Amino acid sequence: MPSLGKRILAAALIVLVLIAMNAYMSDEGLFGFGVPPYFARVIMLAGINVILAVSLNLITGFTGQFSIGHAGFMAVGAYSSAYLTVYFGQAWERSLSGIVGGTVAHIVIFLIAIMVGAAVAALAGLLVGIPSLRLRGDYLAIVTLGFAEIIRIVILNIDKVGGATGFSVPGYTNFLWVGAFAIITIIIVYNIVHSDMGRALISIREDELAAEAMGINTTRYKVLSFVISSALAGMAGVLFGHYTQFLSTNDFQFIRSFEIIIMIVLGGMGSLTGAVFGAIVITLLPELLRKLPGDASKYRLVVYSAMLILIMLTRPQGILGTREFGLSWLKRSRKRPEGTQPAGATGVSIAEQGKPSSLDEKKEAENL
Amino acid sequence: MDTFVQQLINGLTIGAIYALVALGYTMVYGILRLINFAHGDIYMVGAFVGYFLAFQLGYATGPSLVGLAVVLVGSMIIAALVGMAVERFAYRPVRKYSRMTTLITAIGVSLLIENLFVARLGAAPRAFPQLLREQSYTLFGNAAISKSQILIFAVSILLMLLLQWIIFKTKVGTAMRAVSFNLNSAKLMGINTDAIISITFALGSGLAAAGGVLTAQYNPQIDPLMGIITGLKAFVAAVLGGIGNVPGAVLGGLLIGLAETFVVGYGQNIGVPSTFRDAVAFAILILVLLFRPTGLLGTTVQEKV
Repeated sequence: MPSLGKRILAAALIVLVLIAMNAYMSDEGLFGFGVPPYFARVIMLAGINVILAVSLNLITGFTGQFSIGHAGFMAVGAYSSAYLTVYFGQAWERSLSGIVGGTVAHIVIFLIAIMVGAAVAALAGLLVGIPSLRLRGDYLAIVTLGFAEIIRIVILNIDKVGGATGFSVPGYTNFLWVGAFAIITIIIVYNIVHSDMGRALISIREDELAAEAMGINTTRYKVLSFVISSALAGMAGVLFGHYTQFLSTNDFQFIRSFEIIIMIVLGGMGSLTGAVFGAIVITLLPELLRKLPGDASKYRLVVYSAMLILIMLTRPQGILGTREFGLSWLKRSRKRPEGTQPAGATGVSIAEQGKPSSLDEKKEAENL
Repeated sequence: MDTFVQQLINGLTIGAIYALVALGYTMVYGILRLINFAHGDIYMVGAFVGYFLAFQLGYATGPSLVGLAVVLVGSMIIAALVGMAVERFAYRPVRKYSRMTTLITAIGVSLLIENLFVARLGAAPRAFPQLLREQSYTLFGNAAISKSQILIFAVSILLMLLLQWIIFKTKVGTAMRAVSFNLNSAKLMGINTDAIISITFALGSGLAAAGGVLTAQYNPQIDPLMGIITGLKAFVAAVLGGIGNVPGAVLGGLLIGLAETFVVGYGQNIGVPSTFRDAVAFAILILVLLFRPTGLLGTTVQEKV
């Protein structure tokens, strides 16, 4: 465990880097160096996607519960916080500025919005999770999809948050917030994974029945990780909404959930660094496709799907599998808690053909 | 009373379509324990293949029963081939991996088909040519049934009887039932399971394509994303009836069709907006999975450790 001094130093360094990057990306630039707003946008979206990917990885990669409704929780967070900032934000900010000054008021209001977004998303996660998490993989996927659609349709019918025409939202987000919360998310998930709870989650992923037999309350842990994952997604939603400054339910359709899925599949479902990596790559992909001649950008989704199939055919555990890519002192000082098999190849195979290994042959013999 | 009969007719009409598509889902799940997410898109492919066949073979100019038959059978055959290709190249290689991997692959295939069509053909809806001389008949007073609705009933009943015959009265059908019972035992009995799986996919895809063409005839707007919502509802229908159970799929399909029509039809009086039509199927799914996950006609399977 690195010493307290070292950790404070690291934290201070990170904060400095964030502030620098934020200034770098703003209109005035950092000491005269700036980036075109286009790059800034990509970086911001990458940051938000990192939060989404890492949070989905908690429930899908580490707990093994296949949830394809993540966009629904993002939407819940975005809309609930937007309701606050649009209808109450101005008034609160005015009254608060009188006491603590403009910038602090601004920060406090947004912080409250983020907390509210996360809390409401967590509640949604609880409501969705409790009935759904008793279902097996395929069904759970469909049900989460269904719930995300229901959430979307319900929001679409609420006129107070814009309904079909969309909802204009004040722009609170800047890179400082996105970067800070991305790092916070990574820290939260990292700490969960490297704790007792993390071990429980991984054991649930590896073999739920065995975990239950070992006395782990699988329902409790599944619901807990689902709720935390939804809360983080809600947070990402708040940041997203207050960045694009316009909310429309079209941003939260199944395709969004699918994009997050492909981020973690690409990076490796059991790997934190994989999720971050996947998020960044998938955010960059549309931009890279734009560089191609012709009208290649409309093939973006075709490329995603083809990529997904190819990954599944050739390397289902993703690029990093369950390995982490980190600083060596992280690796040496902490034991990696994940199982030894890549996430994509565990579990009972469909035709019970299994990978050629003596254990599987015994299983096959027993099943006949 | 008239509205009731009208709703009944309309409900059974979409129900029949859902049933045709649900049969494909349930058969594939029965043998592979795989939810073929791409199945709804085969339905869409069937409609589009029918569309292009109609134009290529010159039937688009005017209503023609022969044209309809040719387009229907043609699209069923082509869709069957597509289904077999999907199974051969996308599902067979990942059969040995975990459920999540195959599920993700299925989603990938589904999105690939949809987006390929959108990228090449554009997402705008197209008008399917009228191959049937449309006519409306009245029943029980004010209820109307159109020729295309009668066509849907006739063709789907015919296809379902055909499927029933195949499954229970032919060797191939017996083999299919054996494979869905226990794949490894079937292999030991000398059944070429790969071939049977391909045939199952072919049959399911053919039925879905028939559903696609029939729907296109009934509701002439086709677009590349029409398979998503219908596919999802057909899946719910299969689950409702008991996934893996063939009569269950038919029952489920009809029930979902009826539920959807009645909720929207009568719900308007109590303030349920018609946009909730799609939510009905999801709500039913959630209820089924909560209270009777094996479906109406399904049997509980004990999970062995």
